[in-house]
Amino acid sequence: MSRRKTERLLNLVICLLATRRPLSAEQIRQAVPGYDRDGDEAFQRMFERDKNELREIGIPIDVVRDPWEDEPGYRIERESYELPEITLEPDEAAVLGLAAQVWQRASLAEAASGALLKLRAAGVATEHPVGTGPLELRVDTRDPAFPALWDAVRDRRVVRFDYRGAGSESVRGRTVEPWGVVSRRGRWYLAGFDRDRDAPRVFRLSRITGPVTAVGKAGVVEVPEGIDLRGMVGYRDEPVEERVAVVRIRQGACEGLRSLAKDVRPGTDGWDVAELAFTDPERLAGWMAGLGADVEVVEPPDAREAVIRRLKGALA
Amino acid sequence: MSASADRLPRLLALVPYLMSHPGAQVGEVAAVFGLSEKQLIDDLQLVWMCGLPGHTPGDLIDVSWDGGEILIDNAETIARPLRLGVDEASALLVALRTLAATPELALPVNGGASGDALARVTAKLERAAGEGAATVSSQVAVDVDAAPDALPRVREALSRGRRLSLRYYVPGRDEVTPREVDPMRIVVVDGRGYLEGWCYRAEAMRLFRLDRMLGVDVLDVPADPPEEAEPIDVTQGVFRPSPTDELVELELSAAGRWVAEYYPCEEVTELGEGRLRVALRARDEDWILKLALRLGDTGRVVSPPEMAESVRQEAGRALALYAHQS
Repeated sequence: MSRRKTERLLNLVICLLATRRPLSAEQIRQAVPGYDRDGDEAFQRMFERDKNELREIGIPIDVVRDPWEDEPGYRIERESYELPEITLEPDEAAVLGLAAQVWQRASLAEAASGALLKLRAAGVATEHPVGTGPLELRVDTRDPAFPALWDAVRDRRVVRFDYRGAGSESVRGRTVEPWGVVSRRGRWYLAGFDRDRDAPRVFRLSRITGPVTAVGKAGVVEVPEGIDLRGMVGYRDEPVEERVAVVRIRQGACEGLRSLAKDVRPGTDGWDVAELAFTDPERLAGWMAGLGADVEVVEPPDAREAVIRRLKGALA
Repeated sequence: MSASADRLPRLLALVPYLMSHPGAQVGEVAAVFGLSEKQLIDDLQLVWMCGLPGHTPGDLIDVSWDGGEILIDNAETIARPLRLGVDEASALLVALRTLAATPELALPVNGGASGDALARVTAKLERAAGEGAATVSSQVAVDVDAAPDALPRVREALSRGRRLSLRYYVPGRDEVTPREVDPMRIVVVDGRGYLEGWCYRAEAMRLFRLDRMLGVDVLDVPADPPEEAEPIDVTQGVFRPSPTDELVELELSAAGRWVAEYYPCEEVTELGEGRLRVALRARDEDWILKLALRLGDTGRVVSPPEMAESVRQEAGRALALYAHQS
């Protein structure tokens, strides 16, 4: 944006805020420097663009249509423009400073620091986020799909994208009404209504291939009342049933495993026997297979079979 | 906020800032707005050209920065900052809710914040932001793992400035190692809590996952990290292999693609039908061996060939255990 244009826009904002009565385009042209030298049509185009730019940065321009006037009038209502009065206690400001740094280097960093700047401008003394306090909390939004999905959630727009299901060999197009996005263990998920499957579904952002396109109008998506986004992403409240595996551990090996095992009994043949709590046999098998020839899963059979299958796969 | 397109929003924040901080220093204001002093003066010169319609000297904004002290007058029309945009307010509200979800992890150890400061500031911000932002921010959630058992003692050591003795589990090597650590701060990245501190075993700054501490003792020794102890830059993630680690190539089936999501890869090539070839840095041989065995038939080491061979040999030795038992 050129310096002249910035100047014109700033004068326009001041002019529209200062006026009590809505001003016609022609009155604005007379009042704001930078418009006066252009022809009628050029002025109209310029004024249209300027209004759009102001709206894009969040400035609400009222268009007032008076039945007695041919031309609409414009103004900015102070109440909808101004940040409402806000004062923070020092401990509140400290927490806010901490919150603002959560998104540092993530796609929301600019939004967060923009907000902080406005609050500071209003006289709120927030601490400068330096990342050296006693705590740093950070959420990343590395997935390329994140910004488009954030916009779609905000604007309640349907999205379309290509998606590869977990372990799937193919990519399929999906059309989804986004209900929300959830980050769990550093991974972002989209929860929403899958129009192709006609059912609620969860998508991992890292498995979205290619761009996310918003389709249709804003405001179309209805988020069901009381929907539990975290729950959809698999945050289970009821504990999963815990099972116990019996494993043989080579003596002198697997220090870490021994610390996590429940009950390690020394054996005589160079092997110790231990009990290990687990919930998912496949997860257990991945862990045990990784320990190679230092450990053998004795039971249960499903876990034992899963280890054998992995080892055979690694041998092939 | 360096791009020129951001200049107008910046000016609309700068003017109220100067109004609420009369006599602020050029250097200090430039720092707050992320500008050089020259850029700030240029902004002030621009503001000085603007004002109410009529644009007589009495209408224009009056700015001076004599002796580096900025004074502004005649700018009442834009004395208040623009209200928060939906994105701006939502970004802060989601972050505040994230902190609220794990107060034991998130509240400063000795920052003086009382427990309900979070609730109070959230309520104030919601009021200032309006309905749109409150709605959007309820549709974005960040889960943080429940606070691990080790946390109370780690926090105690942090607040009392004491050294910690840890028994720390490293799954990649299946090791439990004793560590003496001077704790410096808690870092929460990707929903998990870490202690950052000076590790006397590594003689370097290290991050320790709180849920991998099998034993934690607060020692009666004051924490005294050396001067070269600098915070670790976690902006690129916690797991950062060294560029000198060996480069290993793996081929993954569709079921093994998770590897590319979990570990930073230097190269990822689609091979069709969901298969991938990835190149990643192996911290040590044992780590890659464990990964390859765990992957089974969903992934295999392509290079270096010696690595592929050790995987096969270890798999063979392990299978022999199962052969004679059943």
